[in-house]
Amino acid sequence: MEAFYEWARVLYETTGINLPFIYDSYDRGRMIDGFFMTVKLSVICLFFSVIIGIIGAWLQNSPLKWTRRIVNGYIQLFRNTPPLVQLYFFYFAISTLLPKVTNEYGGQEPILGGFTWAVISLSFFAGAYNVEIFRSGIEAVPDSTIEAAEALGFTRLHIYKDITLPLAFRVVLPALNNNLVNLVKTTTLAYAIAVPEMLYEANQIWSDNVNVTEMMIFMLLTYFVLVGILVWGMNKWERALKIPGFGA
Amino acid sequence: MFGVLSKKVATAVALGALALTALPAQADVIDDIKARGVLKVAVKADYKPYGFRDTSGAIIGIEPELAKDVADKLGVKIEYVPVVSSNRMQFLQQGKVDLMIATMTDKPDRRKVVSIVDPNYYSSGTNIMASKKFGFKKWEDLRGKPVCGIQGAFYNKKTGRDFGAKIVAFKGTAEVYAALKAGNCVAFVYDDSSHVATLEQADWADYEMPLPTIDDAPWGLAVKLGETKFHAMMEAMIVDWHKTGRILALETKWGVANTPFAMDMNKKYK
Repeated sequence: MEAFYEWARVLYETTGINLPFIYDSYDRGRMIDGFFMTVKLSVICLFFSVIIGIIGAWLQNSPLKWTRRIVNGYIQLFRNTPPLVQLYFFYFAISTLLPKVTNEYGGQEPILGGFTWAVISLSFFAGAYNVEIFRSGIEAVPDSTIEAAEALGFTRLHIYKDITLPLAFRVVLPALNNNLVNLVKTTTLAYAIAVPEMLYEANQIWSDNVNVTEMMIFMLLTYFVLVGILVWGMNKWERALKIPGFGA
Repeated sequence: MFGVLSKKVATAVALGALALTALPAQADVIDDIKARGVLKVAVKADYKPYGFRDTSGAIIGIEPELAKDVADKLGVKIEYVPVVSSNRMQFLQQGKVDLMIATMTDKPDRRKVVSIVDPNYYSSGTNIMASKKFGFKKWEDLRGKPVCGIQGAFYNKKTGRDFGAKIVAFKGTAEVYAALKAGNCVAFVYDDSSHVATLEQADWADYEMPLPTIDDAPWGLAVKLGETKFHAMMEAMIVDWHKTGRILALETKWGVANTPFAMDMNKKYK
């Protein structure tokens, strides 16, 4: 490992290609922390956005008029506003209205920090799309299947959980895949509210070292690999869930 | 083929000759200023109290006053041209202004572009702005605490690595002030000269600039490259400013505590 760090330093000295996130221990630490922050933020947001999508799609078909209206209002609000504006709104507007807590050094700090707001904002943002994606899947399940289940005495929740959703899931996977890829890329916006994810750290490193080109190339490749892993996993899952004769 | 080439060569030679003859013909900028009757100076218009606008829109502050001294010495009127950090050197290069006094940090690469005059007329460094209730005394007090900064500022790394602060960096100062007020960070690490101006405002009465300033970097005023006569005149002006305590007096007038740099220079030239 030491040899690799040293190689980056030699590379800089001999060719001018400057990769301080390899040879400089402080920059390396920042970059690694940033990478894991991006992974953490992505995984948590992926999880919550899918949960929001599943619950939202169920509530959207609720027999209660107001439940449907609230869900639709939520979708319109989060789908029709830019995610960066949402982040700023939560962090600078909502956060100041909430009660504060005293921290260990005697200051008053907001009850929720930048990371939490990023999770909330991005999950709801991607969740709004997911609700619509799941709805498209649910509507693709034939009425006759639902009617058969009703005839057998299944409750509404039961039908959704055990019949509609598993079938719908297979239909929605390509669209869901798309949205989740978008979500991972959207996590970069969290740098605006000072969540130290990868782009935030890279920005600081290229400002300190004036190696914008190298950092840009590195960022592009890293996100390409990161999203590539997600897409690979989703495609594998899609194939594993495939029911011969259903859907396509 | 050969004809075209020779034509090009001829043009190049002609242009070169033109450039050569143009050089001695170029009048000295001091003569230009006197002939014109106006000295055009690039100053900041958004950096209180070094260069900002009063309620009527006129540009005032420490640097405009220094510029006025130069105009008085030349016996001409003054015209302030507001600039920002990203265009100030270009204004001077293109001859839109004769002189630039615009809070510019003196750096070797900048000396290649414009003619920075020695000695430096001013200096600023890095400090924090924090609520008085924390009672910070030394940089190490920031260890483990969230400290706001501007994304890309060079002192973020130092504050994070050497003093162990957790840097919370935003795009601009407006976001930082909001975050500082909201308690997302305990302090704001930035230029001490900016803090001085901010702390003047009633909003920030409970805040202070408590630490010793670090990374003190000198500011340079500049003339266009090659203007040796004007350069020499400015050199004498700056020495005079330091000698007579003009800078110290201006600091006091505009509500800035006397900076160690200005005091040292005063002592050195007295």
